[in-house]
Amino acid sequence: MLEIRWHGRGGQGAVTSVEMLAQAAIGEGKYAQGFPSFGPERKGAPVAAFNRVDDKQIKVRSHIYNPDVVVVLDASLVSLVNVTEGLKEDGILVVNTTKSPEELRKETNFKGTIATVDAKRIAWDELGVPITNTTMLGALIKVGKIVELDSVRDPLEHRFGRIAQKNIAALKRAYEEVRVN
Amino acid sequence: MANKKWPETWQEFNLGGMVFSPGNASEYHTGSWRDQRPVLDTSKCIKCGLCYIFCPEGCISQDADGYFVSDLDYCKGCGICAHECWPGAITMVEEG
Amino acid sequence: MTKRVGMEIAFAAAEAVALCKPDVVAAYPITPNTHIPEHLSDIVADGRIDAEFICVESEHSALSACCGASATGARAFTATSSQGLLFMGEVMPIVSAMRLPVVMAIGNRALSGPINIWNDHSDIMSQRDMGWISIFASNGQEVVDMVIQAFKIAEHREVLLPLNVNLDGFQLTHVVEPILFPDQEEVDRFLPEYEPYATLHPDKVLSMGTLGMPEIFNEAMKAKDVALINSKRVIMEVWEEWEKLFGRKYEPIQGYKTEGADVLLLTMGSMDETAEVAIDELRERKVSAGLLRLKLWRPFPIEELRNAVKSIKVLAVMDRAVSCGGAAGPVCAEIKAALYGEPNPPAIVNYVIGLGGRDVTVDDFITIAEKAAQAEKEKPKEAYEIYGVRGS
Repeated sequence: MLEIRWHGRGGQGAVTSVEMLAQAAIGEGKYAQGFPSFGPERKGAPVAAFNRVDDKQIKVRSHIYNPDVVVVLDASLVSLVNVTEGLKEDGILVVNTTKSPEELRKETNFKGTIATVDAKRIAWDELGVPITNTTMLGALIKVGKIVELDSVRDPLEHRFGRIAQKNIAALKRAYEEVRVN
Repeated sequence: MANKKWPETWQEFNLGGMVFSPGNASEYHTGSWRDQRPVLDTSKCIKCGLCYIFCPEGCISQDADGYFVSDLDYCKGCGICAHECWPGAITMVEEG
Repeated sequence: MTKRVGMEIAFAAAEAVALCKPDVVAAYPITPNTHIPEHLSDIVADGRIDAEFICVESEHSALSACCGASATGARAFTATSSQGLLFMGEVMPIVSAMRLPVVMAIGNRALSGPINIWNDHSDIMSQRDMGWISIFASNGQEVVDMVIQAFKIAEHREVLLPLNVNLDGFQLTHVVEPILFPDQEEVDRFLPEYEPYATLHPDKVLSMGTLGMPEIFNEAMKAKDVALINSKRVIMEVWEEWEKLFGRKYEPIQGYKTEGADVLLLTMGSMDETAEVAIDELRERKVSAGLLRLKLWRPFPIEELRNAVKSIKVLAVMDRAVSCGGAAGPVCAEIKAALYGEPNPPAIVNYVIGLGGRDVTVDDFITIAEKAAQAEKEKPKEAYEIYGVRGS
């Protein structure tokens, strides 16, 4: 079973990200959970959201303490929140930032795989807004290999309707442009 | 006074306590409660209907000539009709 | 054809209600069940079902409106949590006394003081004696199944009682997970149209919800009590039918790896599933432990409980609510009452766990099982322990 924690700010779509990923996995016939860090959050406040993905039924319903993967939607959170807390040593950290994976390794002291992508720029280009949730989903899929790229298509189209294509474009660019170390 | 019949056993209690003969308050004649009875002077009655509106028992209604009269089966003799009748057409008279 | 969908459980609950074609939905939003009435209002606005969605100004009005609607023969639904349920409080025993089959989904949330929007069972435990059928779901699938079953059970001519389906707030309401949805035809075949016993109608005058003098009140209560006790037979029938149609089995108490167990944990709601993972691990370590998942809270399954604990040594009862100043947590008190007088009852330990959304983990259950095993030799000092509370 894979456990993923997302860090974002309220209003950046972290909850939508976990929903899309969960639905993509479920669409592939897998089992998945997607849930927010339960609580009243307001726009801009640091929030977390979670996924579990497995090939068999997932019964654990507690919080996630030792994720395998952490995704950070907003670069400013890296210095604000301990984004690597509990992250498994051989896990994966995916961050939306202009910095390189090597720079982030120095900053976080994380020993596992680090991936970075300038999702904010991609989102501005493709979506016209700096909302990076779907973009980062692309980076996550490339690095984490959790679901097939194609599996997010249906959930995204269902959720975003008219603007689904733009989100898919942003997602694909991040998939291509993410750097791994 | 109307006879009350309670269900003998819990099995006889209507489902949800439903009452299938609503409006059965009319079976309960409260006229025997009163000490005084309202008497109408038709020469003073202007048929305004105020007594009908104020009667807490709702037992005043218009007769064939349009005068408002109390149904003595129910009238409890509270005297509110007499109190409200501003032309003074109603007087409370002792029973018995 | 059953469809496998990834959906937020609260939305799924609303979709399940829609499949049952309610006539009236009257609800007021409260975290964490808000998505249930909200999504239903979308469904009604989109014309997917022909229902009257009444945006009431409070939960008290919500249940009152459902009560009135049901009295006219409408299939009525509402949803709430926590203080909202308390606000419905004075109408709760009236709906059951009037024998109206209103269905309610409760996103279980802690009762305030301090204000808390997270999951525990204190809200439903405060309504224990209100004469409603009360069922607990452990995951999204059970929520959907139970909502659909709810209407059939409640409206059965031998039941005619309101029913609440309990799902843990946030822990279930806000989770996206895979759910198998029956299609409209399957639900239509399972759930017939509501045929009320009697309705308020100008053509056939009757009164409902009238006064009950001391001379008949005891008989009225006995009648309601018997109806609730006897509803278990219909619940079992409906669950049997559901298993035949959809292959998913429901029982008042579902055992997990109970064979030969010395220690059994008893849980309700979504912590059931986390507890199962703990039992798996304990069994791997050759610890003789198992789990009882209590699904039917009212009418309380006395016989099933007695049978389930016949040959065990210790029963560890998990309460997700505390009865301040009481002799035990609400569920444990019920269990002790059911087992009193039984020959060779197990030692019983009571843990109050997960209040106000405090996380309940696999490790917690393992610790509890290990501590409970001691109870056979050493009686616990207190009647119940609030597990994990900081400070001695």
